[in-house]
Amino acid sequence: MLAEDVPAKIRLRNLTKSFATGGGTVTALDNVSLEIPSGCFFMIVGPSGCGKTTLLRILAGLDTPTSGSIEVSASAAGRPGNSMVFQGGSLFPWMTVFDNAAYGLSMRKRPQAEIAEVVGHYLNRTGLTKFAHAYPHQLSGGMQQRVSIARAFANDPDILLMDEPFSALDEQNKLLLQEELLRIWEETRKTVLFITHSVDEAVTLGDRIMIMTAQPGRTKQIVDVPFGRPREVLELRSQPAYGELVYSIWGQLRDEVQRARAQDERSVKS
Amino acid sequence: MSALPPSHPKILRSNPQNRTSNSISVTNRDRLISLASPIVLLLLWEILVRVGVLDARFFPAPSTIFETLMVLIRDGSLWANTWASLQRLFWGFLLGGVPALLLGIAMGLNRPLRALVDPLVATTYPIPKSAIFPLILLIFGLGEASKIVMVAIGVFYPVLINSATGVLEINKIYLDVGRNFSASRWQVFRTIAFPGAVPHIMSGVKLGIGMGLILISIAEMFGAKSGLGFMIWNAWEILSVETMYVGLIVIALLGFLFSMILNEIEREIVPWKKSH
Repeated sequence: MLAEDVPAKIRLRNLTKSFATGGGTVTALDNVSLEIPSGCFFMIVGPSGCGKTTLLRILAGLDTPTSGSIEVSASAAGRPGNSMVFQGGSLFPWMTVFDNAAYGLSMRKRPQAEIAEVVGHYLNRTGLTKFAHAYPHQLSGGMQQRVSIARAFANDPDILLMDEPFSALDEQNKLLLQEELLRIWEETRKTVLFITHSVDEAVTLGDRIMIMTAQPGRTKQIVDVPFGRPREVLELRSQPAYGELVYSIWGQLRDEVQRARAQDERSVKS
Repeated sequence: MSALPPSHPKILRSNPQNRTSNSISVTNRDRLISLASPIVLLLLWEILVRVGVLDARFFPAPSTIFETLMVLIRDGSLWANTWASLQRLFWGFLLGGVPALLLGIAMGLNRPLRALVDPLVATTYPIPKSAIFPLILLIFGLGEASKIVMVAIGVFYPVLINSATGVLEINKIYLDVGRNFSASRWQVFRTIAFPGAVPHIMSGVKLGIGMGLILISIAEMFGAKSGLGFMIWNAWEILSVETMYVGLIVIALLGFLFSMILNEIEREIVPWKKSH
């Protein structure tokens, strides 16, 4: 649960993004306004193609909005603005696990001793210490995403951006990584913006959930998650309140998923 | 069948059809055949020359070529000529390869630069490099420089084209990671573009060395006083056919040696590529 007087870390005003395609313009994001409090674990759920990844990419500086503004209140000087955990396959195959996890720090030319200490800590926290000198192709998908998480955390950014980081993993691995992510996040409680298509994941991890509409992506509703912290994933899921919340969010989302499906079918026919 | 790893001979033995003939594994058999084929060819050659079917003036027997080889080794001329060619290859390789590598990677990263250089490459690449040699002789004279420049030109194109392709084929997500972790231009070059393009660059280097060997042989045939190309040309002038063959054999061996060394280097610097 979040106190109401926490200052906003991220403020989006009327964010719109449209792409020119062969058949005209496609509006991916339509007038999204949003405030994310400092220290909030903020989840965005929406049907596929609703522009949630676009939103994240804009925040990550990998894309520019067509109109609207983004305000991020910076904290300590010299700290990077944000670090992203990508969907998968984003580790450099030519670097060892250690060098991948150290990437942000080395790009910022931090002293070697600091890099060794910080990266060592996060490799330890993600259970990867033994694999520090392995190459990504030698690791399973779950382990690769752990490295990706370690890389983002080790960079010590103001904001963590997560783009469906667990979507390619099997159910068991997903659960383990969600638990690990929560444990690591508890150490620093950074502001997180986490994108997922899984309602379960949103309720399990988040403090606040934004439900997005099918294309063009708009805010449909924002839901507060009433569960305290620290959370135990399995224990949380056994609570009746958990099921009720998942069920009610699903109710909201179902219409959007169906609309997205109808859009897909139309575009196949045309 | 040759694709079968040597560690699995048992699978083959369990095949009842193979049981009688299979005291050696298929891979070992193939290896034996590969080893035997050149030896059999040399033997055949030797016999055909001795019985007079092949004209010894054009196809001297392997044994006489070998004798000449020993003579040339003993008088030091073979080594001197090989060394001269190797030096030119080395400098030519540096002169052509390094700028090609840097320019190629920069082209892969930078669209306007690509738009600028692509048409120049496309129009000059098809010119046979040997056809430029007279011009190179005119500009750089009969000395070392013209030979080195020839090698450099030969190396330049394959390395340039392959480096640019290598960068273009790097998965875009890696460049996103670089940007998200605020890597500078130079850092992107060093940590993403170059290592990501290395497999392609290595193919470019292999092609470049092959081209370099061709061009150094041609270049040394005119106005050179040393080198393997000179040795072959000189052998033609004094009608020492055996020496010609020795020159050809050494060039072939050099090509073989270079490709072996490069494969080894590749295995060393691309440890992240799954073993092949």
